Amino acid sequence: MALLELREVEKSQGQTHVLARASLGIEKGEFVAIVGFSGAGKSTLISLLAGLTKPDAGEVLWQGKSVTAPGPERGVVFQNYSLLPWLTAFDNVYLAVDCVLSDLPKLEKVRRAERYLAMVGLSHAQDRKPAQLSGGMRQRVALARALAADPEVLLMDEPLSALDALTRASLQDEIERIGRVSGKTIVLVTNDVDEAILLADRIVPLSAGPSAIFGPSYDVEIPRPRDRRALNHDPKFRLLRSQITQFLLDSRQTRRSSTLPSSLPVGELVGAMS
Amino acid sequence: MLGTTQSWKSKLLGLLLPLFGVAVIVGLWALTSQTWAKALPSPLKTWEVSLPYLVEPFAKRGELDQGILRFTWYSLERVAQGYTLALLIGTPLGFLLGMSRVFQTVFDPIVQILRPVSPLAWLPLGLVIFQHPGPAGLFTIAMCSMWPTVLNTALGVRSVPQDYLNVAKVLRLSRTKTLFKVMLPAALPYMFTGFRLSLGIAWLVIVAAEMLTGAPGVGGFLWQEYNALIYEHIILCIITIGLVGFILDRIMGAIEQRLKVD
Repeated sequence: MALLELREVEKSQGQTHVLARASLGIEKGEFVAIVGFSGAGKSTLISLLAGLTKPDAGEVLWQGKSVTAPGPERGVVFQNYSLLPWLTAFDNVYLAVDCVLSDLPKLEKVRRAERYLAMVGLSHAQDRKPAQLSGGMRQRVALARALAADPEVLLMDEPLSALDALTRASLQDEIERIGRVSGKTIVLVTNDVDEAILLADRIVPLSAGPSAIFGPSYDVEIPRPRDRRALNHDPKFRLLRSQITQFLLDSRQTRRSSTLPSSLPVGELVGAMS
Repeated sequence: MLGTTQSWKSKLLGLLLPLFGVAVIVGLWALTSQTWAKALPSPLKTWEVSLPYLVEPFAKRGELDQGILRFTWYSLERVAQGYTLALLIGTPLGFLLGMSRVFQTVFDPIVQILRPVSPLAWLPLGLVIFQHPGPAGLFTIAMCSMWPTVLNTALGVRSVPQDYLNVAKVLRLSRTKTLFKVMLPAALPYMFTGFRLSLGIAWLVIVAAEMLTGAPGVGGFLWQEYNALIYEHIILCIITIGLVGFILDRIMGAIEQRLKVD
């Protein structure tokens, strides 16, 4: 039985049919990346898995039981950090610890919040408010907040998409390390194929919306820890990247040719492939 | 060097220009009192007659003959009570309006209809209900001044970003914790704008409330001196009311700014 499962899920938002018969099983301890274009319904997917929205049809299952509401066993890292701006970095993390692990003695909770801030390298900034932190630091706090609540699965909704390339790379390494060390089940939603390959055990592409569907799963059989510099020369990496990119582009092509008479220029395809 | 001279100059101008404005108004006032409104006391006369009330601002010569700051203090006390009442009723009401669509549909029209009613209309009703001028005055202040608090709190609650509420849901915050740890802090800047506007109205209403009830205070004094034909004191009261209102607004503005920095 999968730890977390989408079964034949249908979801519309307003007039748009976002997801069509989406089925996906996530096993315990697995790091799954869902890759898709912007607007394909990736955030909707995370909301469904988190229990923040309900499917129109089909089911979201947690250990075989239907998910009806969010719960602390499914931690979420939001795209826009969603830190509470009136609380310090420490208090943001502490709030999560305090709510989810309310039975712990206070000192224990304080230590725990401090430990997770230290884990993301922010001990020195724990008394700063989010407005005084850079984007990368904010996302680190959000990551610490999610992890400190000790979820069984971590759902990440494009956590790095708002960051500059360098910060992004260093946080990718951080996430890779945390995933490896903690052994947590992680679902990462991203629009970056390279990021998915660098981090995930398995990649599931999501076709271009509306009515997005999952493509075939791609297992990433590149040993960890993965070195981003060596990766570029790894034939497995290059093959995987071209397969997934091809799938995504094809799905958009189909979408376009079914809605618009004009097709995608060939040059754009080739450029994206290389 | 040039920069500092210029900023020094602009500071001086910033001080002199308002003084010039005051001079123009006082000039017009003097002109009016000398020409077509002879009953209007001149600025000089006003100053002379007001002086005893200014040099001994806390003197108490009798129930209706006290220093201007003593009267102001009575009024401030009354406003503080009525205003507190307005906040105690207005804030929860605003939260309910902001959180529940049903509640909003039921009560929003009533709020919109009661909002523009003048203090002069509420006071007689307060007298009928409470039979005493004291509580009637507080009722009037509260009824007139609560609306900005109600509406801004409701707006603030409606403007709490969905992201914050999602965080609360994921962390399974209880309803009370969500209210006090997420919604209240998120809505606070809006609420404070409401508090500030409410205080302005509460101070505006005090004069009407004291005039009609004859309670001692800066508004009661104004009305009594009108009846006693000491018109200089009307002007003294007007200036006092204006200055106090200005200072109150500045204080609230400063607090509001601090809340908005984060």
